[in-house]
Amino acid sequence: MTATPAKTGPVTSVARNRTVRQYVARVLFAVLMTLVGVLFALPMVWLVLAPFDATPTLSLEWPDWTLDNFARLAENPYALRSIGNSLILGVGTMVIVVGLGALAAYAMSRIRIPGRDGILYALLLLSSIVTGTAAMVPTFQIITQLGLINNYVGVLLVLAGGILPTVIFILKDFMDSIPKSYEESARLYGAGPFRILRDVVAPIARPGLAFISIWTIVQVWGNFLVPFILLRSPDLQPAAVLMYTFYTESGQADLRLISTFALLFSAPVLIIYFVVNRRYGFRFHGGIKS
Amino acid sequence: MTSSTVTPPAGRVTAPRRRRADDVAGLGKARAGLFVAPALIIIGIFLLFPAVWTVWLGMTDYRLTGLQAASPEFVGLENYTEALTDPAFWNSLWLTLIFVVASGIVGQTLIGFGLAWSVRNITGWVKALIEGLVLAAWVIPASVASFLWLALLDRRTGTVNALLGTEGAAWLIDHPMEAIILFNIWVGTAFSMQLFSSALSAVPPSQIESAKMVGASGWQQLRDVIVPNIKGHILTNTLLITLWTFNTFTPYLVTAGGPNGKTEILSVYIYETAIPGGQLGLGAAISLIMLLINLVIALGYVRVAQGRRKR
Repeated sequence: MTATPAKTGPVTSVARNRTVRQYVARVLFAVLMTLVGVLFALPMVWLVLAPFDATPTLSLEWPDWTLDNFARLAENPYALRSIGNSLILGVGTMVIVVGLGALAAYAMSRIRIPGRDGILYALLLLSSIVTGTAAMVPTFQIITQLGLINNYVGVLLVLAGGILPTVIFILKDFMDSIPKSYEESARLYGAGPFRILRDVVAPIARPGLAFISIWTIVQVWGNFLVPFILLRSPDLQPAAVLMYTFYTESGQADLRLISTFALLFSAPVLIIYFVVNRRYGFRFHGGIKS
Repeated sequence: MTSSTVTPPAGRVTAPRRRRADDVAGLGKARAGLFVAPALIIIGIFLLFPAVWTVWLGMTDYRLTGLQAASPEFVGLENYTEALTDPAFWNSLWLTLIFVVASGIVGQTLIGFGLAWSVRNITGWVKALIEGLVLAAWVIPASVASFLWLALLDRRTGTVNALLGTEGAAWLIDHPMEAIILFNIWVGTAFSMQLFSSALSAVPPSQIESAKMVGASGWQQLRDVIVPNIKGHILTNTLLITLWTFNTFTPYLVTAGGPNGKTEILSVYIYETAIPGGQLGLGAAISLIMLLINLVIALGYVRVAQGRRKR
């Protein structure tokens, strides 16, 4: 659009100049946003296309559509097992963390333990400091000493120890918001603390418990470092580590296998994020991500 | 957003106004202790103890294999003098600084803010698409994300070389640091974007309106109205991003610290020293240095968070 010379005086000229400038700004803005979008999308296009290509390469190309790769993946002895392993680690950590976290959060919410808030903040601080590689050497040593190398118990406990402080912190918030009148009436009818926790508190705190459960599984699903260091045999490796093994140790990388496996491994967390998140308004704001 | 790392879902039950007596469930102190104990024991053994034990380990000549593996000896501060006089350590620390500043503080924060600012007034599919793409990069597991970047930057058939027409350019060998910086920006920007999105939506519209009324330009609005309003969020974001970027191990999956240690940031350096290198004692000593740096950043965060709560 070219600015035609103004015929009707300076006022319209100024106004027209402004609309021109706004128009140009809008176009520039659109171009910039497109560029950013493309830059963020670029690495991901391969993940979406290559698994359906009969002869995938590392470059982006319109696939020769097929579903054979998925059938081949099912035949690989390690691939599906590693997805199962990730599930075991995720659900196992979730059970430990939600079970113990709920108990601790409930007690902390209902009983005035001296220095309670201080303890909570100290734990949260600790979990953000002793994280990832900084804690790798001593953690490796402890698990070695306990004889739990190459054992899921070791991985589960280390993962749980790192996640528990955050879980207790959030769950306590939830427990605090539960009206105490329910427990009072339950107690009048003679229910004990365990009964109250199971039949009164847990059902009310369900949104919080569900949120924490899903959050924990997502955290563990992508965790690479802990199983990478603590597990030895390929049979036990979760998908996060197997994915890395696939492209570093298999001489000529089998792209049909890698691409399909990558998609299968990423899909659950992407679905959780975009479907569950949209539906229930969950927001995963970081946390332990290493 | 509160100062905790996760925002719980909306629509939770609100607490009653009237304060009631404590211990409505008849828990009792002893039973409460029993409820708290298992969680604290796990945290104690697998989180607190490793941190404390690092101090001792760092003063031994512990090795993964050989004689020192069976009976490690106390060597005092030898590991620290060894680490602090090793040029490789200082090089690694320097690389870490560049990495944290370029990819975390500048890259993720600025791009995250830019994105949040750009999409704040648009609605519909454009916003959903942009936010979705940025978020997806964050959600994809690290080992998949790093392979996607290996494919993107591949020397022979990589997409970048195809698009730029620079066939045969070995990005990961010639520009490894730039590569992992961009990679980390790609992975992590989503957090800053989300944080700033919620911060911007909390800026009172009346203030922006009055700024517009007196004819403030977009830049002036940003500087005089928006930034003072979201100062707390900026600090929170910077500190968390610094902590995470400092501790991330994911670049190892892209470059494995190479070529020739050019991308050996501190986390990779510790891993290489302790596990493949087998020098657990030395690795622990460097870990302690890393833990102390973490502590400084985290205490800074606590101070900022407390200052905000008081206001």
